[in-house]
Amino acid sequence: MRYLPKSDSERGEMLAACGVSSLEDLFAHLPAEVRLNRPLAIADGLSEYEILDYFRERGAQNASGYASFLGAGAYFHYRPVLVDAVVSRGEFLTSYTPYQAEISQGTLTAIFEFQTMMCQLTGMDVANASMYDGSTALAEAAMMAARITGRKRLLAARTLHPEYREVLATYARNQGLEVVEFGYQPASGALDLEDLDRKLDAATAAVIVQSPNFFGIVENVNEAAELAHRAGALLLDVFTEAVSLGLLAPPAGADIVAGELQSFAISPSFGGPYAGILATREKYIRQLPGRLVGETVDTRGNRAFCLTLATREQHIRREKATSNICTNQALIALMATVFMTVYGKQGLRELAEQNLAKAHYLGGKLPLRFSGPYFNEFVATVEDPAALNQALLERKIVGGLPLARFYPELGDAMLVCATEMVRREDMEALARVWEAAQ
Amino acid sequence: MIRKARTHVNQNEPLLFELSSPGKVGYQLPPLDVPPVDAAAALGAQNVRDQIQNFPELSEVEAIRHFTRLSTWNYSIDLGMYPLGSCTMKYNPRINERVAQVAGLAWAHPYQSEALAQGALEIMARLEAALLEITGMDAVTLQPAAGAHGELTGILVARALLASRGNPRRTVLIPDSAHGTNPATAAIAGYEVRNIQSNGRGMLDVPALARIVDEDVAALMITNPNTLGVFEENIRAIAGILHDKGALLYMDGANMNALAGLVRPGDNGVDVMHLNLHKTFSTPHGGGGPGGGPVAVKAPLAPFLPIPRLRRAGDRWTLDYERGQSIGRVRAFYGNFGVLVRALAYILAHGGEGLRNATLDAVLNATYIRKGIEADYEIAAQAPSMHECVFSDARQAARGVHTGDIAKRLIDYGFHPYTVSFPLIVHGAMMIEPTESESKRELDLFIDALVSIAREVEEDPETVLKAPHSTRISRVDEVRAARKPVVRWRPA
Repeated sequence: MRYLPKSDSERGEMLAACGVSSLEDLFAHLPAEVRLNRPLAIADGLSEYEILDYFRERGAQNASGYASFLGAGAYFHYRPVLVDAVVSRGEFLTSYTPYQAEISQGTLTAIFEFQTMMCQLTGMDVANASMYDGSTALAEAAMMAARITGRKRLLAARTLHPEYREVLATYARNQGLEVVEFGYQPASGALDLEDLDRKLDAATAAVIVQSPNFFGIVENVNEAAELAHRAGALLLDVFTEAVSLGLLAPPAGADIVAGELQSFAISPSFGGPYAGILATREKYIRQLPGRLVGETVDTRGNRAFCLTLATREQHIRREKATSNICTNQALIALMATVFMTVYGKQGLRELAEQNLAKAHYLGGKLPLRFSGPYFNEFVATVEDPAALNQALLERKIVGGLPLARFYPELGDAMLVCATEMVRREDMEALARVWEAAQ
Repeated sequence: MIRKARTHVNQNEPLLFELSSPGKVGYQLPPLDVPPVDAAAALGAQNVRDQIQNFPELSEVEAIRHFTRLSTWNYSIDLGMYPLGSCTMKYNPRINERVAQVAGLAWAHPYQSEALAQGALEIMARLEAALLEITGMDAVTLQPAAGAHGELTGILVARALLASRGNPRRTVLIPDSAHGTNPATAAIAGYEVRNIQSNGRGMLDVPALARIVDEDVAALMITNPNTLGVFEENIRAIAGILHDKGALLYMDGANMNALAGLVRPGDNGVDVMHLNLHKTFSTPHGGGGPGGGPVAVKAPLAPFLPIPRLRRAGDRWTLDYERGQSIGRVRAFYGNFGVLVRALAYILAHGGEGLRNATLDAVLNATYIRKGIEADYEIAAQAPSMHECVFSDARQAARGVHTGDIAKRLIDYGFHPYTVSFPLIVHGAMMIEPTESESKRELDLFIDALVSIAREVEEDPETVLKAPHSTRISRVDEVRAARKPVVRWRPA
């Protein structure tokens, strides 16, 4: 086996040194009845070439060579080549969590830069080293809000990503937290602030909103924050489309920001691995779950970085920890860090503006369902979304996401996304087929 | 004598923000093929941000040099042995990275129709089947994103089964040798944690367990082999005690690298367990994630697994959302698919026999290290070692040198330290897991290093106490970092 670096004669020498005569003898102390007494029913090992072939065939079974207008929490953005050049370096790819600061300054420095850029983008004071993804970042943020306020009720917008709401429900149920949803305005697709105001009470720990929301609409987060704060609740702001941060004003009224960074050079990869982020105000730093890197000095006075505030974490606090989270998504966060570095201050803005322009070009050609301001995705109506998508497939186009599954009242609507990667001719083709389907 | 490493020059490098200067760019977008849109007009001026203060502005050359220089400050498996106990730092095959980037997989959107996702679903189905064969369980979910996430999922599934039988119960039992994630998970799942002590042989105390388990106990979370590297040989009796009272046996699969192909938890009374794909199945740790934490269960627990579930429908795979008893979702979409691809590539490369051979080598390597250093260090448990061996610093502590110091001195010898001060039940623990990926030569160098350090402790303890001596930075002031946290850069 090519991954096992020993010859049989070396094994023999080692066994002799161990005082046993065969590899099997190393397991002689196990009770016979616990052993598996047959070979695993898994086919013989394959060569590299055969493995590549197997996965290429699987890839070919999936959609490939299609133009796609899917978004809804996973976006098609260009991945600068520097990203893979950096993350495929073994020093980043094959290193462990940076507990040993002296030989982990590469990872630690990159995380410190990541945390800083997350603060710059979100307008928050502190950001952690990343979370599993946006949905779990939201669930952790909600639990954090409950700890801070000592309250048990969460008000979540229906325009929050439906799968994020499902994850939140799973976590909340077992924490004794109640999740109550509030609606959106049927005309604009934006938050129904009156409904929010009605449902807010003295038991509410947090108001959870997403901007741009699941329909692509830019929300008035600060107004929601004012209502939340009046009731003594926190405002938890969620984003799923990180490219929007290049253009949208950071939510000044938010207390916690939870988001998904997939748009920053992370392949859609059928849903993961992605990286989430949690950022908050300085005063809540000790309630923040997940890893944090801090600046310090070594014994010679050099600037150095290390994992810090570990007293919040499970390996120190065990059952009293802020979370059971052990890892972050370091390599994925590194992809995002390289992406942000390559695009930089000007590029992130220009990229966001291109997304805005593409989506508005396409939106101008389709029957929009909502009137609210949108970034790079929007909801458009068509009598039979499934039939439209089928017609589009024949032209090698993957259409939008039919919304009936998540919003029964939007059975005649699809969520459509246009990033910088869609071409004008594909948008025009989509619009033509759409018109014919009306 | 230090044989494995010597120092060389590496580059200094400021932070991105210190390198930045206005007007530099590292990107070029293609020309926009549609009319530009005025952001303030489209979104409302109040929704549009000013420029991002202090966000970096660098050229492409500076960007690649920046990250390359940073990378040279890291140790990694590609440089050598990474003997972190409980972490299973094995070789990360590069073919796994390559196949995860196959365009039809890397660019698959989670919402593309099932008809256009059959390749991805097939990969998941094949991995599920392989994991079930390896663990001897009946059903598995691939959704959890990491080991701790898998633990949470597993305990929630256990809780749901118990609740369906009328009472979710109150307590989860956890051995004092367990990983910190175990009690943290139980607490997040709404349980009280009760610790149970290990016996003098480093195993769970079975009579003590029998006295404790009652109808209030939901589950025992066991790690097998445990964190002393010792196989819990009474696993079947332990399962019996729990099952007699209607409680469940949860197994933390962190140490599955000692068992694959030789022992199946599902054959030995385990009801629910998680696996760490980034340990046993070689997916890269990446400096701390991403991972993968599938949860495998016995049939009675299967209805409670997260949605969606993969199901065969005629000649194709489909995702089933109609599962009334499911705990719901634990993550958006279907899990860390790219990690699943890598894990399957690892399994395909090995095959059934290869997986077993890897286990044999992993145990051989740990046993060989144990023999090599046991004359100089105090072994923590007399029982035979499986895939890792745990020592204590008892002899060296008498000279004022502790496990953390020995670990730092290993760095000068060209090795990453072992796991320090864990498990908590061993005072001054030195937890060493070589994995199957190490050659005899690398193991001999490691043994030489530890033997040499033991001699230094006797003859020149100061050298060990002040280690490392050869790194870019010396020991860092962690107290200062925590007392007044600086967790982001700010302009001077």
